Amino acid sequence: MNKRSTWALPYFIFLLLFVVLPLIMVVVYAFQDNSGHFTLSNIAKFFSDGDSLGTFALSIEVAVENTLLCILLGYPAAYILADKNLNRSAVTVVLFILPMWINALMRTLATAELFNMAGIQLGKGTLLFGMCYDFLPFMIYPIYNQLNKMDKSYAEAAQDLGATPAEVFRKVTLPLSMPGVWSGVMMVFMPTVSTFAISEFLTNNKIKLFGTIIQENINNSMWNYGAALSLIMLIIIAITTVLQGGGNTEDAAGGAI
Amino acid sequence: MASEERIIDIGHLCKSFGEKKVLDDINLYVRKGEFLTLLGPSGCGKTTLLRMIAGFMRPDSGSILLEGKDILDTPPHLRPLNTVFQRYALFPHLDVYDNIAFGLKLKKVPEEEIDKRVRKVLKLVAMSDYEDRDVETLSGGQQQRIAIARAIVNRPKVLLLDEPLAALDLKMRKDMQIELKEMHQKLGITFIYVTHDQEEALTLSDTIVVMNEGKIQQIGTPTDIYNEPVNSFVADFIGESNILNGTMIEDKRVSFIGHDFDCVDKGFGENVPVDVVIRPEDIYIKKNTEGEQFTGTVRSCTFKGVHYEMFVDTDSGNELMIQDYNAFEPGTTVGMHIRPGDIQVMKKERTQNSYRASVVADGRVSFLGAEWECSTDGFSAGDEVIARIAFGKVDLLDHEDEAVTTGNVDFILYKGNHYHLTIKTESGEKIWVDTNDVWDKNDFVGIRIAPKDIQIVKADDGNE
Amino acid sequence: MMKGGRIFAKIYLWVLMAVLYAPIVFIAVFSFTEAKSLGNWTGFSLRLYQNLFTGSMQNSAGLLSAVKNTVLIALAAATAATILGTLAAIGISKLKPRNRAVMSFLNNIPMINPDIITGVSLFLLFVFLHISQGYTTVILAHITFCTPYVVLNVMPKLSQLNPNIYEAALDLGATPMQALRKVLVPALRPGMISGFILSFTMSLDDFAVTFFTRGTIGLDTLSTFIYTDARKGGLTPELKPLMTIIFLIILVVLLLINIRNSKNDNKR
Repeated sequence: MNKRSTWALPYFIFLLLFVVLPLIMVVVYAFQDNSGHFTLSNIAKFFSDGDSLGTFALSIEVAVENTLLCILLGYPAAYILADKNLNRSAVTVVLFILPMWINALMRTLATAELFNMAGIQLGKGTLLFGMCYDFLPFMIYPIYNQLNKMDKSYAEAAQDLGATPAEVFRKVTLPLSMPGVWSGVMMVFMPTVSTFAISEFLTNNKIKLFGTIIQENINNSMWNYGAALSLIMLIIIAITTVLQGGGNTEDAAGGAI
Repeated sequence: MASEERIIDIGHLCKSFGEKKVLDDINLYVRKGEFLTLLGPSGCGKTTLLRMIAGFMRPDSGSILLEGKDILDTPPHLRPLNTVFQRYALFPHLDVYDNIAFGLKLKKVPEEEIDKRVRKVLKLVAMSDYEDRDVETLSGGQQQRIAIARAIVNRPKVLLLDEPLAALDLKMRKDMQIELKEMHQKLGITFIYVTHDQEEALTLSDTIVVMNEGKIQQIGTPTDIYNEPVNSFVADFIGESNILNGTMIEDKRVSFIGHDFDCVDKGFGENVPVDVVIRPEDIYIKKNTEGEQFTGTVRSCTFKGVHYEMFVDTDSGNELMIQDYNAFEPGTTVGMHIRPGDIQVMKKERTQNSYRASVVADGRVSFLGAEWECSTDGFSAGDEVIARIAFGKVDLLDHEDEAVTTGNVDFILYKGNHYHLTIKTESGEKIWVDTNDVWDKNDFVGIRIAPKDIQIVKADDGNE
Repeated sequence: MMKGGRIFAKIYLWVLMAVLYAPIVFIAVFSFTEAKSLGNWTGFSLRLYQNLFTGSMQNSAGLLSAVKNTVLIALAAATAATILGTLAAIGISKLKPRNRAVMSFLNNIPMINPDIITGVSLFLLFVFLHISQGYTTVILAHITFCTPYVVLNVMPKLSQLNPNIYEAALDLGATPMQALRKVLVPALRPGMISGFILSFTMSLDDFAVTFFTRGTIGLDTLSTFIYTDARKGGLTPELKPLMTIIFLIILVVLLLINIRNSKNDNKR
C-alpha cells in the first residue's frame, strides 16, 4: 500500500517541533522566574508597569491607524487594478507589489532620510507614513486577488436588477471583497504592533513600539519578561484571528508573482 | 470467445469505511477473454471492487486470485493489469506519444520496440497522426482513445475500465461503445468494465454483475438479467418495468392486480406474498375487451420514436406502463393480457419491518436509535425483543416536529398503486414504507409510528 | 465608467506608485555620488560601484559575507521548504477531513504569527534545548516561515489535477518513487516554482527571525548587517549601489516572468 497521506507526516513533525513547541516555550518562560520556578510576576509586571502599558496602548493605536490608512489608500488602488476597464496590464500589478521585494530596512532608512532632507521632524506622523508605506502592498495584494477572482456576473446581475453603479459597489462588490480586506488586515495589523527596527529608524528611537520592548528584553537576557510580553501579543493574535474567522491566509499567499 | 478458464477469482471480499460496508462478501470469477461489466448505482461498491483488482485499495478480508495466484500483496505497479481511468488521467506534461510510451519506458523496453508498439496501438485507436499533440488540446473522445491506447500498449492480462465513457456526450458514447466492443474482439484481452448505465452494460457485455449496497444482486448474461431479474432492485434498475405486489396461489398460478394469472414459476409454496415483474412491452393491449384477462382505461399516450408508451389504469386501480406499436387515445377502454412466460415472479426480500429492540420502561421500547411508545404487555424493562411494523403503518412527515426520528428517502419503487420507499434513518438503519404520497429521492422525512402498529414479540421468536 | 473617473483612477495609481518608489529612486540616485550619507550630493561618480566590485572599502569583508550568507540561507531554506511543503501538500490532499483541518490550522500559524513571535519563540526553544545558534538554526527558522507558502501554492495545483493521475502511473508500472518523480512533480512544477520563489524572497528580506536565531557567532545577513550598521550611525555607502543592482535584477526577473505568463495565458 502506498498511502500518500503519510507524506504529510514529516511536515507534521516539523510543525510540532518548530511551531507548536516554540509557542509552548513562550508560555513556559512567561510563567517562570529567573531560576525556573513558577510565577505570575512577569504578567503582573506588565500590568503594573506604566511604561509597558503605555507602549502597548500606543502600538495598538498606531496599528489601528495604520491599518485604516492602508485600507483607505489600498482599496481604491486594488479596485482600479482589478477593473479591466481601468487597467489592462498585469505589469502595473507587478509594479505595485515590487517594493515588497526590496529590503524593508533599506527602504525605511531611505524614507527617514527623505524626511530629513525635506526638513520634516521625525515623530509619530513620519512613523505612520513610513509604516503605511511599508505595509500598503500587503493590503493591496489580497484585496486585488479577491476582486480579480470575483465572478463579474454578480455585478452584472445586480445592474440587471436595477442597481446603480454606487449600489452595485456597496451591496455586491464590497461585501464580496471583504475576505480580501480581512486577509490584508491580518497582514498589516499584527506586524505593525510587532515591528521594531522600522519604528526605531522612522522616529530616530523617539517612539518605541511593543516589538521594540520585546526585543530589548530578549536582547538584555530578560527572557522571562520578554516571553510574557510575547504571550500577550499571541493572545491578541488569537483574538483577531478568531474575529477574522479562522485565519484564512490563502488569498494573501496565492503566488505573489 | 470467452473460454471456461478463469483468469480472476474473487472470494469473500469485504471492505468497510468506518461503519459503512462498501463491499459485503463479494464472490465472483471472470473467465479469460470475456467482457464483464460491474453495473450498479453510484455508491454500490463497483468502483471500489475495480480499484481492489487494480491494487489501489486493500480489502479488509477475502482474496483476489489472478490465474490462480493470490495478488493481494502485489503492489499495483507489479500487477499485469492496466486501467482506463474515469476522466482518463492522462499526464498533462507529456504529449500523446510519451503518455502511451510511459509504461514501456519504465519497463526498459528497447526504443525501436516502443516506437513500433506505440504506432501500432495509435493505429488501432485511429489516432495515428496525433503522436506529437499536447494531450490537453484533444477532445474528450480523443483523450479517451489515448487513455485506452496507453493501457493496452502494455499488453495487460486484464483491462480494467472505470466508467470510461461517462464524460462523453450521448452521440460520442454510442460510437465509442461500438469501437470498444470491436477492440475487445480484436485484442482478445479480458475486459472488466464499470458503469452505472444499464443500456451500456446490456450492449457491451458478455456477463453483467449487478451490484447494490456492496452486494452482488445478480450475475448473468444481458438476456438473463433483463428477462429474469432475481429481485425488484434488478428489475427496476435494468430497463423499464412494472413491479407489483402479488400472491403465489400455488405452483404456476399467481395473483396480482386483482386477477389470477398462469405463470411458469414454481416452488414458492402456497399463498406466499411475492413481487411480480412485467416488462412494458410484454403486456398485450387490444381495443376490444372480450376474452382478455383484464381491462382498463388509457390515461396517457406518448410517442417514443419506435413505439408508444402508455399508462393504463386497470379495473382494479393499478397503474401499468405499456409499450406497443399502436397508439390508443387517452380515455379508451382497453383489454389486456400477459403470457405466462412473460410473468417474472420474485421472492419478496421482506414482508414487514423488523428490528432488534429493548424495552426501556413500561410502554416504551428503543430501536432505530430512538424511543417509541407502544404496548409492552408481558415484558419488563431491559427485555430484549423484536419490534415489527407493517410497511403501510409507518407515517412519513415533511417536518420533524412530531416525528420520533428522521431519515432520508434512499430508494423509490413504484408498485402500480403505491410507492414502496426505502428510508435511511438517522441511525444509519433502514425502514421500508408503503405510501401513496409522492416523495423524491433524498427527501428529508420525519418518521412516526402509531403505538398500536408496533408489534412486540420475544427476541428468540423471530429472525431479524 | 465615465471618462473623468478613468482619468482620476490613472492619476491615483501613478501618484501612489510615485510615493511607493520615491525611497527606492532616492537610493538609486544617491548611489551615483561619493558622499557617505544619503541625501548629500557631491557630484556624479561611479566610485561606489567601483568600490563594491573591487571590494576596496571599509568593512568590505563584512558586507560581502553578509550578501553571501543571505543568498546561501535563502537557497537552502527555499529548497528545503519546497521539498517539505510539496510532499506535505500531496499528503494533506489525501488526509481525512478532520486531520486535514488540523494540518491546515498548524500550517496557518507561522503565516499569522508576526516575525517577532516566530523569532522569539524559536529563540526560546533553542535556549531551552541548549542548541547553539548559528547557520543551522537560522535556516531551520526560515524553513518554518517559508514552508506554509509552498503548501498553499502547491495545493491549488493538486486540486486541478486528475485525482487518478498518481494511480495511473502506478498502474503503468511506476514505483511510488517513479510516480512522484515522473508524474506528480512535473505536474505540480508551476506551484512548486512559485512557492520556491516566494520562499526565496521572503528569506532574503527577513530581518526579525534571523535577528533572534543567529546567535552570537557574528553571523550576519544583509538585513542584520544594515540594522547594525544603521545603529552604529553611518550606513556603509556601498549598500546604495548594491541595493540598486538588486532592485534592477528583481525588476527584470519579475517583468520577464510576467511577460512569459501573459504570453502563455494568451496561447490558451
